[in-house]
Amino acid sequence: MALKASQLKVGDTHKERIVEDLKRTQIVQYAGASGDYNPVHTDEIFATKVAGYPSTFAHGMLTMGMTGKMLTNYVGDARLTKYGVRFTSQVWPGETLDAMATVKEIRQEGGQHYVDLEVSTVNEKGAEVLHGYATAKIDP
Amino acid sequence: MAIEKFPIEAGHVMMFARAIGDGNKIYYDEAHAKKTEAGTIVAPPTFVQASAQFDPDYFLRPKIGQPWFGSGKEPTGLKPDASQDFDISRGLHAEQRYEYHRYPKVGDVLTATVKPGKTWEKEGRRSGKLKFSETITEYRDQKGELVVTATSVGVVTERAVEQK
Repeated sequence: MALKASQLKVGDTHKERIVEDLKRTQIVQYAGASGDYNPVHTDEIFATKVAGYPSTFAHGMLTMGMTGKMLTNYVGDARLTKYGVRFTSQVWPGETLDAMATVKEIRQEGGQHYVDLEVSTVNEKGAEVLHGYATAKIDP
Repeated sequence: MAIEKFPIEAGHVMMFARAIGDGNKIYYDEAHAKKTEAGTIVAPPTFVQASAQFDPDYFLRPKIGQPWFGSGKEPTGLKPDASQDFDISRGLHAEQRYEYHRYPKVGDVLTATVKPGKTWEKEGRRSGKLKFSETITEYRDQKGELVVTATSVGVVTERAVEQK
């Protein structure tokens, strides 16, 4: 299932819809699983009246986790060696997100092949919500 | 902050995978996982974040018998934690980076040590002055070997981020 260096080229892309119409319940699910119960994510009264946001919003780490699903679907399980992101915009309930990986470099280090990827996730308005990079071990 | 014992448990991995909408069987089906290259149930790439569950002092989890700053019928007016020197409602996660020295799997019992990294300030267009701070968490296995290095950058904004 893993990628092969011989079949990849710079500029190749892999894109997935990682969530459609993000539900508040999924944000609650993420709070419960991750242990981050910050009420800005799950408590509408706190998010609006205390913190001053238009509504609750997703954990950045939920977006990173969902984007990670696109990456592992592309590079294979347990193949990542690096994955890092900047959260460039908040993600609100109801958003639909598409995540994309673009091949930047295919290289070899100590006999092991690697692919370096640029990672970007955008919402349905085309605004980028996450931007980052990943590196994965690939087959020859 | 340090976490003495972060056991990677099958049920926890399954719930975490569900929360990120990842139906990959390698996260819950042992028989399937055995047939894969990894040979076992592994954790999704961002799973170590859930180590917060095993941090006894994690301030974003309600604690039994202690006041919680989230709302009941109405806002409580409580501060999250007097020991925190910032207003949590103004705190956002700016960046997160992981380096996987090997892949964490079910059955691992990790420890985590946290050290502060750089801090810096910037003027933001939509939220006033921004204060950034970095923390580096090292996750090690039973043998003391490094499994994941996680670098987190938090930002505290002067006011709620204005929406475009």
